[in-house]
Amino acid sequence: MTPLDKVEGRAIPFGLKNVDTDVIIPAHWLKTTTREGMGRGAFEAIRKDPENLFDSAEYKGAPILIAGDNFGCGSSREHAAWALGDLGIRVVIAPSYSDIFSGNAVKNGILPVVLPQTAIDRLMEVAATDPVFVDLEHQTVTTQFQDRFTFEIDPFRKMCLLEGLDEISLTEKSDSAIDAYEKQLDADRPWMRPAA
Amino acid sequence: MTRPRTLYEKIWDAHVVEQRPDGTALIFIDRHLVHEVTSPQAFAGLRATGRTVRRPDLTLAVPDHNVPTTARLDAAGNKLPIADPESAAQLAALERNAPEFGIRYIDAVAPEQGIVHVVGPEQGFSLPGTTIVCGDSHTACHGGIGALAFGIGTSEVEHVLATQTLLLQPSKTMEVRVEGEVGPGVSAKDIILHITGVIGAAGGTGHVIEYTGSAIRALSIEGRLTVSNMAIEGGARAGLIAPDETTFDYIKGRPYAPKGADWNAAIAYWKSLATDPGATYDKVVIIDAADIAPSVTWGTSPEDVVPITGVVPAPDSFADPSKQTAAAKSLAYMGLEPGTRMQDVAIENIFIGSCTNSRIEDLRAAAAVIKGRHKADNVRWAIVVPGSGLVKAQAEAEGLDRIFTDAGLEWREPGCSACLAMNPDKVPAGERCASTSNRNFVGRQGPGARTHLVSPAMAAAAAVTGKLTDVRELMA
Ligand code: SF4
Repeated sequence: MTPLDKVEGRAIPFGLKNVDTDVIIPAHWLKTTTREGMGRGAFEAIRKDPENLFDSAEYKGAPILIAGDNFGCGSSREHAAWALGDLGIRVVIAPSYSDIFSGNAVKNGILPVVLPQTAIDRLMEVAATDPVFVDLEHQTVTTQFQDRFTFEIDPFRKMCLLEGLDEISLTEKSDSAIDAYEKQLDADRPWMRPAA
Repeated sequence: MTRPRTLYEKIWDAHVVEQRPDGTALIFIDRHLVHEVTSPQAFAGLRATGRTVRRPDLTLAVPDHNVPTTARLDAAGNKLPIADPESAAQLAALERNAPEFGIRYIDAVAPEQGIVHVVGPEQGFSLPGTTIVCGDSHTACHGGIGALAFGIGTSEVEHVLATQTLLLQPSKTMEVRVEGEVGPGVSAKDIILHITGVIGAAGGTGHVIEYTGSAIRALSIEGRLTVSNMAIEGGARAGLIAPDETTFDYIKGRPYAPKGADWNAAIAYWKSLATDPGATYDKVVIIDAADIAPSVTWGTSPEDVVPITGVVPAPDSFADPSKQTAAAKSLAYMGLEPGTRMQDVAIENIFIGSCTNSRIEDLRAAAAVIKGRHKADNVRWAIVVPGSGLVKAQAEAEGLDRIFTDAGLEWREPGCSACLAMNPDKVPAGERCASTSNRNFVGRQGPGARTHLVSPAMAAAAAVTGKLTDVRELMA
């Protein structure tokens, strides 16, 4: 996973509340075999409108998305995080997220920043014309107009994002414990291996 | 003296590889079942990072969600092409990934192929006291033989493939005790529908449910798998039923089950797993089996359950305002008026199948009702989809297929079929289906499809009369 520390650039002033994973990536995209290319299906219904923000000259490829309450609710599909990542989004800023979505986001190198609605409103304003700066190390979101918002994040998630660690790499650090467990299991309950 | 523990706690404790200070634990996974929908990206992830499958011997892959349930071979025995290119691509990916990573693979045309949750127990691959995962929420099913089994997402599939472990938070425990004897015409499906109605779709959230009591003990393994299958519909991540003689008799001699001296050691271990006297659960629900009638859903949540003798409820009959809104929405989607007798609801489609109800006992129960009768004229589409090739062969040996086809029902090849609208078997918009599957969500059986969840015998009764019917009336 690509480590994430400072992200700066245009932020898509999307702002909608209760955006469910069906909106982020419709169900028919579940019939794919790769994570890549999922960006084409991201916000598919919204992007049917030729005037949509995501494909506008200003916001195409923007690394930050600003949204409303309860972002990523609905089905648990991880495809939602893949779609955002493939669209080039590294940070989402919203007042709240569904638990499953924020977990999936972090697993896929996307930072879900939680800020109060007042901060969101201000950032939406700035994003209309100017870039937004996100600093994970210092847990701040700033603008060139002296706005400075700090956010909370679980230290474990922060470390994973900063170091670009995926959970598999972390678990691999416990390799010898897994080896030992397997040896003990074979000794205690040899019949647990599927019979040939 | 050790503290008395529940079945769940014993299985959990036996699988801790590493305890973390924050309360989570790295848990060893004994069995990983893989199907074509949630695995391609996980295999791609392994490939991209140069990782391998840590324990291919503990992994079993079988295609089920996308496979059409019509003939798979032509007259010359060649595989027929799959019309939908996306389905074909997912199936082809699994067919390629399994050998590349050295995983056991059951091909779509193999005699053992079937729905992953039917195949696991049937092959003796799923065993009591094991931890089992699969990228599918109905993995809870395997709890019917006493395995701690739950669904996982694609990143977790990749994690298990690479490390054979998962980092998990222990769940709370809940006991659902069903005491007494169920009446005639009441099956395992009615028991779990009734339970879901009582505890609600979120009643088990954060818990693992252990089903206990004499009515559960009396169930066959097929019935127990049906009950545990729908633990997830009550919000629980997993269900459990303590393994007993019924379980051992079912597992003995199955291809991957322990043999010889191993078998005796296994039984001794499995017997030690039962919840200790004095162990406590975080939550207990007690149900009188005599209260359970043949049941049916009226809405779009599996908690929307009434006895077949009941009526469609009025939204304002619910105390909770959010449930009132949800019920009104459900009724609009389902095209039902409050106060309508469930038995007056006409049905155009019948689906007997899914990992909930496609085992031999389910097919026998449906055939017993259908035998010597014919489907009603208003029933447009009625299919029977065995859960696996082995179930299909057994049913054919018993002549069940003929009973269905003589009655005007279609006899299909094994797969998930009309349980979810991912393969060609779909219910058309606005039409109703009496379905033995597990989810009556909006659009689950096809956009606009209206699902009524029922038992196999009740689905058969609806096929005969063309409306939701109390199967007891056909049993006399
Ligand atoms: S039959 Fe239905 S619930 Fe069961 S595994 Fe297939 S799609 Fe999932």
